[in-house]
Amino acid sequence: MQDQWLTVNQELTLRQRRLLTLGSFLLPLAIWCMLSYVPFIWHPMVEVEDKGSVSYFKESMLVEKELFYQELEKAQGEERAVPTGTPANPIYLPAPHEVIEALYSAFTTEPIRRNEQWLHESLADSISVILLGFLLSSLIGVPLGILAGTFSAVSRLTEPFIEFFRYLPAPAFGALAVAILGIHEAPKIAIIFIGTFFQQVLVVANTTRKLDPALLEAAMTLGAKRISMLFRVVIPGIASDLYRDMRILLGWAWTYLIVAEMIGSSSGITWFITQQARYKNFDNVFAAILIIGVIGLTTDMILAQLGKRLFPWQRGTKV
Amino acid sequence: MTHLELPSYLEQSEQVRSRFEKLKARPVLLKVSGLCKEFPSNDGPVSALKDLNFKTYRREFVCVIGPSGCGKSTLIRTLAGLEKQTQGEVLIDGQAVNGPGPDRGMVFQGYTLFPWLTVKRNVMFGLEMTGRSKGEADAEARQWIDLVGLTKFENSYPHQLSGGMKQRVAIARALATQPRILLMDEPFGALDAQTRAKMQNYLLDIWKNIDITILFITHDLDEAIYLADRILVLKAHPGEVQELIEVPVPHPRHAGQLLSPEFLATKARLEELIHPPSEDNVRLNGDHLNMVRMVSIDDAVSEVY
Repeated sequence: MQDQWLTVNQELTLRQRRLLTLGSFLLPLAIWCMLSYVPFIWHPMVEVEDKGSVSYFKESMLVEKELFYQELEKAQGEERAVPTGTPANPIYLPAPHEVIEALYSAFTTEPIRRNEQWLHESLADSISVILLGFLLSSLIGVPLGILAGTFSAVSRLTEPFIEFFRYLPAPAFGALAVAILGIHEAPKIAIIFIGTFFQQVLVVANTTRKLDPALLEAAMTLGAKRISMLFRVVIPGIASDLYRDMRILLGWAWTYLIVAEMIGSSSGITWFITQQARYKNFDNVFAAILIIGVIGLTTDMILAQLGKRLFPWQRGTKV
Repeated sequence: MTHLELPSYLEQSEQVRSRFEKLKARPVLLKVSGLCKEFPSNDGPVSALKDLNFKTYRREFVCVIGPSGCGKSTLIRTLAGLEKQTQGEVLIDGQAVNGPGPDRGMVFQGYTLFPWLTVKRNVMFGLEMTGRSKGEADAEARQWIDLVGLTKFENSYPHQLSGGMKQRVAIARALATQPRILLMDEPFGALDAQTRAKMQNYLLDIWKNIDITILFITHDLDEAIYLADRILVLKAHPGEVQELIEVPVPHPRHAGQLLSPEFLATKARLEELIHPPSEDNVRLNGDHLNMVRMVSIDDAVSEVY
């Protein structure tokens, strides 16, 4: 049978899904390659090869295309030596192969100053900040969310204030966090906590409320009382949805990382990125950003697989 | 409608009469007196049940039937303790009902099995809630699963079972705590006709063999007559008892009785009570819609007869 690609609301075959997944990565990569390797697409700069008679040009200098051709025409008109050059992209857009090389060399290049960190050390710092912030937030946020979702009284007491607080941007607390907690790890963890916690309580409470009330009624007719309802019905009943929420929230925590790491003394992967941008090593900057993406995606995929094992009864329904 | 001369549904054979005499001599298990239930709404309270009174004897099978909106579900939910009545009393073995409890088992139309528990753990749930140890609960649950014929599936999860199997698990789960009465809210409503017939026979088998009183809500007249000793017919807006019919079809029941004169007489009476000739029927000229011909005369298939 021929594969159908565009049938409304119908799942594709495994082969089709794999091809499309691959395609979703290849497509942006193809665009990037085109911009980098096809000289007549974009390439707004010219890399000077021979400065000819233009006094202020230098070899391997990047000049804007317009300026280059202006000088070229002027030189031709005055019959001087003409400059030569090849079309190039601005320095902030390195080609794919340069970034791939940087992915390796960024790890092997020794830090320029002795007190600076290797890339893997920066990454380890970042990951520990995220994990600590997220763990701390979950330790309080998840139980509170479940209670708020189960008991109206807890919900009424906590949610209005949390609803208000979640509109306050977490980075706004940066200066305060530094004043209270010092300049090292603590304020960064606090920012991740503030960014995650308030959303987390509301999301978990909503998930808890979505539990089928018929299940609670069934449990009551079977003799379950308050505490056993909570631990034997509510928590196992929402566990799989809760797990999915946590995966999404962990993604959000990453977005707060960059802000958190700029607070106090710059550290972790953000420090690496800003430092490399300062040295104009944009291939390293891209490499670092890619690494964050790869770490995020890999964690999520591992967690998704783990989820399938943890909740065998969910098979058949979409997680 | 039928050309058969039907006997009155009140006529009972000697066997049936003596059975009802014995039944009414049994102790009263459920007594509902003056039960009222009102729901608040924007236009003041709406009465769902009004002054309901009836008695159910031990090991009796009662079906509750009525037009939609007659408060059948409200009644059963109030009996289960999931809704609080506005007035009146529900007594089980002479004890007033106050909130849900394991002395009244409930089976819902939507199965309501715990999807994260296997069949066996689902059945064990009520047993553990009522204080049995894991070992005891395990052994008892196996017996109940065996009773509904699902031993092969005791380690399956609910999503792996068919609708009929799920409902059998739900029945086993409700019976496991050995309630005094089993409340069933249109339990077979979502099943196909064949499965439904099979389930009705399962249920009669179970009922025959254990000490359980059953109150069963349905909107299917055949199902009500086939299963019940007596049928409680409710009237809508507000829900009131219209009649308590003693089903004259002898026990044990079998599919051959579905066309017997007693069965048809009872059905005719129920039809009369539940679907009285209304204005709607009159206006539509009996059972016909006001149709105009919408097929061309010279069409290749111009007539269906």
